[in-house]
Amino acid sequence: MSAVTVAPVAAATPPPLRSVLRRAVGIAPQFVAGLGGTVVLAIVASGGRVVVPVVVQQVLDRGLDGGHAHLTTIRWLVLVGVIAIVATVAANFVMNARLFRATEGGLAQLRVTAFRHVHDLSVLHQQAERRGSLVSRVTSDVDTISIFMQYGGIALVTSVVQLLLATAVMFYYSWPLALLALAAFAPAVLVGRRMQRRLSTAYGLVRVRVGEMLGAIAESVVGAATIKAYAAQGRTATRIDAAVEATAAAQTRAQTLSVGVFIVAEVSAALANAAVIGGGVALAVTGHLTVGQLVAFLFLVNLFVQPVQAATDALNQAQNAVASFRRVLEVLDTPTDVADPGPAGTPIPAGPPSIRFRQVRYAYPGGPEVLHGIDLEVTPGTNLAVVGETGGGKTTFAKLLTRLMDPTSGAVEIGGVPLTRVPFASLRGRLVVVPQDGFLFDTTIAENVRHGRAGLDAAGVVTAFADLGLGDWLATQPRGVDTPVGERGESLSAGERQLVALVRAYVADPELLVLDEATSAVDPATEQRIARALQRLTRGRTAVTIAHRLSTAEAADEVVVIDHGEVVQRGEHAALVAEGGVYGRLYASWTAQRSG
Amino acid sequence: MTARPAVLRRGTAILWRACQEEPRIFTWSLLGSLGYGLMIIAQAYVLGYATDHVVVPAINNGHADRSALAIALLLIAGVAAVKVAGIMGRRIAAGIMQYRLQGSYRQRIARRYLDLPMSWHARHPTGALLSNANSDVEALWYPIAPFPFAVGVFAIMLVTLGLLVATDLGLALLGALVFPAVIVTNALYARAMSQRVTRAQALRADVSGIAHESFEGALVVKTLGREDAETERFAARSYVLRDALVGVGRLRGLFDPLLEAIPNVGTLLVLLVGASRVDAGTLVRVAYLFGLLAFPLRAIGWMLAELPRSVVGDDRVQQVLTATGDLPYGDVPAPPGAGPLALQLDCVDFGYDGAAPVLTGITAGIEPGRVVAIVGPTGAGKSTLASLLVRLMDPDTGVIRYGGVDLRAFAPGAVASAAALVAQQTFLFDDTVRGNVTLGAPFDDEQVWDALRGAQADGFVAALPDGLDAMIGERGTTLSGGQRQRLSLARALVRRPRLLILDDATSAVDPAVEQAILAGLRRAAGTQLDTQPTTVLIAHRRATIALADEVLFLDGGRVADRGSHAELQERNPAYAAIVSAYDTEGETAGSELLG
Repeated sequence: MSAVTVAPVAAATPPPLRSVLRRAVGIAPQFVAGLGGTVVLAIVASGGRVVVPVVVQQVLDRGLDGGHAHLTTIRWLVLVGVIAIVATVAANFVMNARLFRATEGGLAQLRVTAFRHVHDLSVLHQQAERRGSLVSRVTSDVDTISIFMQYGGIALVTSVVQLLLATAVMFYYSWPLALLALAAFAPAVLVGRRMQRRLSTAYGLVRVRVGEMLGAIAESVVGAATIKAYAAQGRTATRIDAAVEATAAAQTRAQTLSVGVFIVAEVSAALANAAVIGGGVALAVTGHLTVGQLVAFLFLVNLFVQPVQAATDALNQAQNAVASFRRVLEVLDTPTDVADPGPAGTPIPAGPPSIRFRQVRYAYPGGPEVLHGIDLEVTPGTNLAVVGETGGGKTTFAKLLTRLMDPTSGAVEIGGVPLTRVPFASLRGRLVVVPQDGFLFDTTIAENVRHGRAGLDAAGVVTAFADLGLGDWLATQPRGVDTPVGERGESLSAGERQLVALVRAYVADPELLVLDEATSAVDPATEQRIARALQRLTRGRTAVTIAHRLSTAEAADEVVVIDHGEVVQRGEHAALVAEGGVYGRLYASWTAQRSG
Repeated sequence: MTARPAVLRRGTAILWRACQEEPRIFTWSLLGSLGYGLMIIAQAYVLGYATDHVVVPAINNGHADRSALAIALLLIAGVAAVKVAGIMGRRIAAGIMQYRLQGSYRQRIARRYLDLPMSWHARHPTGALLSNANSDVEALWYPIAPFPFAVGVFAIMLVTLGLLVATDLGLALLGALVFPAVIVTNALYARAMSQRVTRAQALRADVSGIAHESFEGALVVKTLGREDAETERFAARSYVLRDALVGVGRLRGLFDPLLEAIPNVGTLLVLLVGASRVDAGTLVRVAYLFGLLAFPLRAIGWMLAELPRSVVGDDRVQQVLTATGDLPYGDVPAPPGAGPLALQLDCVDFGYDGAAPVLTGITAGIEPGRVVAIVGPTGAGKSTLASLLVRLMDPDTGVIRYGGVDLRAFAPGAVASAAALVAQQTFLFDDTVRGNVTLGAPFDDEQVWDALRGAQADGFVAALPDGLDAMIGERGTTLSGGQRQRLSLARALVRRPRLLILDDATSAVDPAVEQAILAGLRRAAGTQLDTQPTTVLIAHRRATIALADEVLFLDGGRVADRGSHAELQERNPAYAAIVSAYDTEGETAGSELLG
């Protein structure tokens, strides 16, 4: 019977389940902490359910001998039974506490390990649309496993032990009758396994349908403005109705199939009861079985029914849990595409570094080549602007420079050291990126600035703002550096977020700055502040700006034009304008727009 | 915990509502669980019969009474058959009842989302609305699964007590102690549990919030080398959650064995009390019955345990279902005439409730076929105005008219058939290119391609492997921001709207492509004046403004000025400052994020 109980997990997970579990224990040894003691406790704990049949047998055979009640004997038997039950309750409690501590401890470890690993994956910032699914790896997926353990998983474990113990007691009383009772459950094992397989497919379909339904409903919220503006309510409602009905149909089917398992269990129990009474009477007549033992058998048979039902209820959760477990491990098994050489690497030498691209080529996985052999040398302290049309390769250039990814061939060197040789600790300390959207965390201005330098005090933050000429802006904030910035910094305007991001970069005191210029419209006062802050920030540093405005290129020491994956022009703004080419065209279209 | 009686009362009301909504299926499930419960009692009687008439005589007499044995076996088979029918009725019907209620409430909620105006949507975060339709509905109807069983078990418990009274008062007294003890312990368990589970749920949300934020800011985290600090922040909260969950587990670990032990102790006490009072068969029957009833009795506890969550779920669901603010409609089928619409705004005020007014006293007329740019600083109310113009919501006071007719007088769908808004945030449905353009309206492929050409989207659509049939959206091809905007634009153009509103709808499109799109609109307007739309552009680029016949300068929620670009530039310093801010951008390319 235990085969049926275990079947759900086995059916949902082909061979690698064992290796999945081994991996889990490897990542989080907490899972098996104190397992030996817990197993001993589990055996004692499940004894509680066998106490009653044994006492019933003893009372019938020794307390009611020949129709006379030996009350003293019965009193003693019941007292011992109650003590045994109390003891098993205690053992159960301790066992559960240990199991929950182990599983939750292991899951927390798994969660944190996965979280750390996700931060090392470039997919996180390359494909914004996959971010949500990564979040669910460390949240809802782990939660699903935890909920399974809480509601069904641990009960499943104790049920198996209980079945083994009940079987042992049966064999002790009478091995022929025990075999007979077990034989009654044999068809259930065979039928049950097949049912579990079909059930597991049905539950799988439910999950798919629920996902589709939630997707359809989400459209009515996320796309509300579009749906209303185009009076597409009817169409959306029809789609939602269809998805809701498909979901209910799949759920009803799975539920109906699951009832089959219950029926099999009930029928088997009836068969076992009949077998026990028929066979038991035959044995009793020949003096091989007492009345008490026969009745105890009937009680024990009953113990087989409930775990099967509980296991069926837990099956759906078990499948979800195993699928979630797989997904978490999948993330952990995704190799980090950009490897940290660690302490064995070579740090970037002190002072503003030089930059060198040697025959750098890059193709996105499965895509065409976007950079076709970039050769470029930038002397220390240069303020460089990179311009070019969207899709020309300037963003890829910036990603390679900051080692968010590695070139397909060729090398990027900073301060003469190939980037692949630079330990992250050195790289992140020396090179700072100011991204376009100036992402801020949902905390105060000061806390956000401290991301650039941990432990900086409030006065230090104020000074940093003043250093970049932003003291006047800070003064306009209601609570100064303690002003909360809201989710994603959205209490501030886009331009103001940029200001805080610049200060954050400034306190990190990098020697190489990479700026991705914002394109969003900013009010004139903030615009001026950003320009002033940028000027002070880049002073004395090597700076590379991915420029979207030619005014930025105009102010740079040097301009590099990247077009169709190649450096097509390079020099000072004035010289490039005179030269014409791609830059000349860009400049012409810009001046045309200006004169509007 | 003074709220407890209220929870029980409200929970009962929810269950009653469920019965009223699905009376037939509930009756089936109730009959099933009653049948199942009666068979539990019957099973105990059959066992008692077998003991008295088969087992004991067989041992005493040395041979079995074959007819009594046959009767016992037949009874076992009969009981099992009725039990199977009971299980089917109860579980299938209860499942169907739960799924139907969930489904129907999800449909109702989604319909409210579709009907409520955008001003209501603006007040409610997306995440909250999604969980209203998902987890709140689930929580609301969760008690339905054990509900029929619990009702059935309760009835069976009363029947059992009655039978015990008839059998022996001492055993009846024992039953009257043990059965309620199981239910009360279960209720205590449920109460303690719901507090802890609620806390764990809140902590899960915290952990999830940190993960969201940290991954969203991944670029900052990585480039500032903050991975370890972020992991520490995440771990700290994860460990608090872990401890809370271990607490939940300990509670479960205490109550689960206790709930199992109570009926077991009850069975032993039956032996003690009954041995001197009843015969062996009755003793076995009653002891067996206690054991059989132990598990079903817990169904009452499960149901009680789910009630608090259900009540909270109901509160949230009702907030949506009873939300007011639906737009009233008239019966005018369409704006008068044909061709471009005349647009008129009279003293329009609007504020998102409670907050400061966004628009104040907007009065403006736009003649048919004109192209008007709306310019203003961030927060001036431009997008709000765009939403009002196509009646995604109504002004607080004042009137907006198409061709002289108040928008509120139009029948549902009339405004959408005359006007098209291309919003700042593009939204693509999880559908094909064709489906996204037509939204189910009967346009042929020729018309769709025409619209795609007008939106400069024909090139990349033709390059998609399945062309018009290519799936886009969540599970389909990933499109760039500019491509998404162009598809949204095609969705508007295919309808040949009489009024076209572009809310910064080309911001992610390359300026050269934007010029081509807008010039296309213009050019067409020059040749076919009668069919080309009145156009309102919310513009952030000087080149876009240049395409307009005139400019409406919006500042602080008011129309600050109106005239040609040159006039405003000359006479309005605030306008000049805004436009020169756009000026310095001189964007060479559309926006693209680093990373």
